[in-house]
Amino acid sequence: MMSGTRSNVPEWASYRPNQPHLGTFGDEVETIGLEGEHSVGLLLVSDTPAISEDSVASAVDSALEAVQAASTVAELKAVRSDHVGEASMLARMNAGLRSLPNDQKAAAGKLMGAARGRVAQAVAAREAELAVAEEAARLESERIDVTALPVRRRQGSRHPLSLLQEKMADIFVSMGWELSEGPELEHEWFNFDALNFDADHPARAMQDTFFVEPVDRHLLLRTHTSPVQIRTLLSKELPVYNVATGRVFRTDELDATHTPVFTQIEGIAIDKGLTMAHLRGTLEHLARQMFGDEAQIRLRPNYFPFTEPSAEMDVWQPNAKGGARWVEWGGCGMVNPNVLRAAGIDPDEYQGFAFGMGIERTLQFRNDLNDMRDMVEGDVRFSEQFGMVV
Amino acid sequence: MRVPLSWLGEYVDLPEDVTLEHVHAALVSVGFEEEDVHLSDVTGPLVVGQVLEFTPEPQKNGKTINWCRIAVGPNPETDEADVRGIVCGAHNFAVGDKVVVSLPGAVLPGPFPIAARKTYGHVSDGMMASTRELGLGDEHDGILLLKDLGLDPEVGADAISLLGLDDAAVEINVTPDRGYAFSIRGVAREYSHATGAAFKDPAAALTPTTRSDFSVTVADAAPVRGRGGVSTFTTAVVRGIDATRPTPPWMRSRLRLVGVRSISLPVDITNYVMLETGQPLHAYDLDKLVGGLTVRRAAPGEHLTTLDGRDRALDVEDLLITDDEGPVGLAGVMGGERTEVSATTTDVVIEAATFEPISIARTARRHKLPSEASRRFERGVDPAVAAPAAERAVELLVELAGGTSDVLGSSFDESVTPASVFLAEDRASRLIGVDYTAAEVEESLLAIGADVAVVDGGFAVTPPTWRPDLTTDADLVEEVARITGYDRIPSVLPVAPPGRGLTREQVLRRAVSTGLAAAGLTEVFAYPFLSPEKNGAFAPVRDHAAGVTPVTLANPLDTAAGEMRMSLIPGLLETARRNISRGLLDLALFESGSVFFVASTDPSTTAPTDASTEAAAPGTDFIPVGAARPSDEVLAELNASLPEQPRHLALLRAGSTIERQPGQPAVQADLADVLDDVRVALRAIGAELTVRQGRHPSLHPGRAAELVVAGELLGAAGELLPALAAELDLPRGLVVAEFDLDRAMELARVELQPEPISAFPIATQDLSLVVGADAPAGEVLESVVLGAGELLEYARLVDDYRGEGIDEGSKSLTFALRFRATDRTLTAAEASEAKAGAVRLAGERFGATLRD
Repeated sequence: MMSGTRSNVPEWASYRPNQPHLGTFGDEVETIGLEGEHSVGLLLVSDTPAISEDSVASAVDSALEAVQAASTVAELKAVRSDHVGEASMLARMNAGLRSLPNDQKAAAGKLMGAARGRVAQAVAAREAELAVAEEAARLESERIDVTALPVRRRQGSRHPLSLLQEKMADIFVSMGWELSEGPELEHEWFNFDALNFDADHPARAMQDTFFVEPVDRHLLLRTHTSPVQIRTLLSKELPVYNVATGRVFRTDELDATHTPVFTQIEGIAIDKGLTMAHLRGTLEHLARQMFGDEAQIRLRPNYFPFTEPSAEMDVWQPNAKGGARWVEWGGCGMVNPNVLRAAGIDPDEYQGFAFGMGIERTLQFRNDLNDMRDMVEGDVRFSEQFGMVV
Repeated sequence: MRVPLSWLGEYVDLPEDVTLEHVHAALVSVGFEEEDVHLSDVTGPLVVGQVLEFTPEPQKNGKTINWCRIAVGPNPETDEADVRGIVCGAHNFAVGDKVVVSLPGAVLPGPFPIAARKTYGHVSDGMMASTRELGLGDEHDGILLLKDLGLDPEVGADAISLLGLDDAAVEINVTPDRGYAFSIRGVAREYSHATGAAFKDPAAALTPTTRSDFSVTVADAAPVRGRGGVSTFTTAVVRGIDATRPTPPWMRSRLRLVGVRSISLPVDITNYVMLETGQPLHAYDLDKLVGGLTVRRAAPGEHLTTLDGRDRALDVEDLLITDDEGPVGLAGVMGGERTEVSATTTDVVIEAATFEPISIARTARRHKLPSEASRRFERGVDPAVAAPAAERAVELLVELAGGTSDVLGSSFDESVTPASVFLAEDRASRLIGVDYTAAEVEESLLAIGADVAVVDGGFAVTPPTWRPDLTTDADLVEEVARITGYDRIPSVLPVAPPGRGLTREQVLRRAVSTGLAAAGLTEVFAYPFLSPEKNGAFAPVRDHAAGVTPVTLANPLDTAAGEMRMSLIPGLLETARRNISRGLLDLALFESGSVFFVASTDPSTTAPTDASTEAAAPGTDFIPVGAARPSDEVLAELNASLPEQPRHLALLRAGSTIERQPGQPAVQADLADVLDDVRVALRAIGAELTVRQGRHPSLHPGRAAELVVAGELLGAAGELLPALAAELDLPRGLVVAEFDLDRAMELARVELQPEPISAFPIATQDLSLVVGADAPAGEVLESVVLGAGELLEYARLVDDYRGEGIDEGSKSLTFALRFRATDRTLTAAEASEAKAGAVRLAGERFGATLRD
């Protein structure tokens, strides 16, 4: 246990021990020096000694001794009453000044003033000392266990899929791209026909689409964020540099690697003279922002109805747990001229690229997560690990 | 598509030390994703053995085992035969039969390691294997007798290579534009593109025999989307086959590696040729056919029993193969049972036809019959390979089944040469960003089998017959980029024009979620699929809420949850239940997400009429065509046809908001907490909450609130109805809130003119009003604020007192009021006058009187 001595008072404590705290002795006391060594003592009241250097010094000494002996503020109060109060020796001697002859009054007054001043100062100093000590003792008694204080405000968390979505979108927004969302329940034309999926092409059946009843009204849950790109091309002035994020739906049962509801980010850039080299540059930039400066992109030929040429994109993840590796990340390609036509854009004048990737998949390999179910079940322990930072 | 290396190696040169990894890597580089590898699970020693003698030994358990002496080769040490004693439970063999023996140390699929082991009083020094034990098929009636495979190898020979168990296959993903790669022929060509190895086209090696007089009539009276259902149709007759002959091990082994079950020699041959050439074939039993074949659409009411034994009601769009008695096959999808080849079949008709992809795709989907044949036809089969494939099947039937090629057959070919595509000389370079030379472009296209003619400004390219996907110049550019390698594409970061950053709504939505998380809630996402009961319990709460109908899915994963959510609360309740069941009792959750419904009344119109309460069917009865921009009117119609799908915000709290700790009693979450949460969210978007006493069918009748923003009802909050909580296994007292976040953002202030801050002294006064016990204190407070006028800076309800001194049925509400003027020090009289104004208005509205 810490003792109550001043040395244990923390340095940051804001009180200053050398300043007197009590203002009751604030009466200005003029200190008057006596000229010469001669006695000015005269006995005025029977049991009151005459004012002399000796008698005054004796009274002062006994007062100072009592002051030093006081160990509490209460004791000091009694000392003050005894040695400074009206009935005190010094007070009584002081009262005797009035009856002194005029020629002695100045010297005696000076002597008395100096004596009373000394005592008053000593009392004030002692009082300050004691106050500091008592305050320190009191604060010490107020000690609490700061390691056991109650936690009153719960800590919440964002979902890592939201955080990652925002992080990825922000990389594009910082380059001047814009972000859009679109309806999750879409008209079939936006999800398929406008994206160059022929009504009877196997690629359309392979999308494992949720259709809205009745199916002959052509509504569905979007199978990808690509319809947002069509909406963007239809509504915005060219050139367009746009990313879209949001939930998409496929008729896959939930298991460790599939979920019927998942999240995508998708980008499209339509301008004059954009090439597949710009596509690679954009993806490489994204990869480096996400996985560090050593990240690289690899493109492999693939097929999507809405891009031609199309590519599958792998990313070199230099800091993967278990060692650097290539990871399949998403699909991309040069926007198919038929898609541009569906948005009323002349493919001879404008061309561009598009790409998309799954946020769940990105989170999965980025954070080495094995089970998709953790991301979709809403167990708060999952998100709490991320807090506000992915 | 699975590709056995031995098969691939027949049509393209593979390196001596070829590995599965090498083949995968090569194919990946030209666009075939790696899926898997397939290896035989058998490791040696597996040898050919011969039965020298055996003794049947009846056992106590009723079984009889054979104690056999099997020669498994020469003994290297003694020069004599290596003879093993083996216990065998099968009885289908005789002395002299050659069998497959797995010797100790061998591992059969399972894995099933073989060791010398003591059984039935003998040490069995190995095992004689059945077809199934070797992973070669399903047969397990006895051990495999090599004579049944038509084999008579030397005793001691390695059975692993004999049975093709040393082969392995790569499995690749074939994208839907490349039907030709569903064949060894196509994959070998692609391997050649990737590596430069020489490719030998299996189709080129075959010269079809001219056959005639087999009657085939093509009569497609109802082409789908204007395209005739069949463009080539070749038939060839083979007579005198022995359908019971075993399929040779090499063919079985390859079929097994590809994942095709061995059925009978004739069927195995048609499958084998299909896998090799990509051409689906069908074999009919000639004796069961009545007359010739006709290709036509189904007639109304027609039925066909397919090979799988199922009777199928046909659609008039289905393309059929028929004989004089009716349908004998669903063209390109599955044959019929009546004319099926059986063990007694001697004469067969081989059919190799080219069917139109769309027609086949629709029939396969309609009858839910995806087959190896339909998969290929849907993606496009090379019309030029039909006749060679038929010839290849004839060859194999002759060679392996003992048949004779007949002159009876037919040939119909109305396939058209693929259209020539113009490719501008610089098109590939301009699209890819690589400076391809004209020679590179031309050579790449020649390599994929196209005809390339140099014309003014570029090339006239005629794609090969197996590439129906190459119809535009962009398609050709992809081929150039693919053949020359995607790794040549450089990296250039494009510079976008200055953007506008995130939209106001995007910024606000993030602020809401971040704010709620900072306020202690955890963000969750539930699936939007609900049962009608759960969905009905929380219909959207808003003005003009009458006539809201849910959206139903036609093909939900769970038929019990086929509706799209109209509210986020059922999802939050389910998430809470899951957490609670895992022992996490103190919960604060939120979800921000879309809800879906069809509203019969437009919120902007007033007083719904009877006619408009009927929900308009969402969607349209048409789809605009692709590759062309619909008119503005049509686009508007498409958009207007979508159900409403506003983004809602929902919150849930259960258990304690503050847990019990030293000096801190537990504080249970209650309605005040979620109302505060709503305020946090609304503050993040610049809106203010007004709470009104409410009622909601799924909430506690006395503890439900209406959430109002700028005078508009946007949602509800309250304690979950105790009965509902019990039904859902949730604790009593759980509180929820939900409101339309999109609408709240519309109603929120966009700009603000801040009030100047006054430094003049404050005048505080308390005001106690006696009102009826039922008067909502929040509304009394509103009247106080309004009545006190603009000198009132701040007002707060500080006490609600009932009891002594207050009449029964009344209550005393005490408000702390703070008055201040912007331009002067208020006098006591001014403050009192303002307060009197408050009393007056509260008196008018609620009969409030000043408490003495």
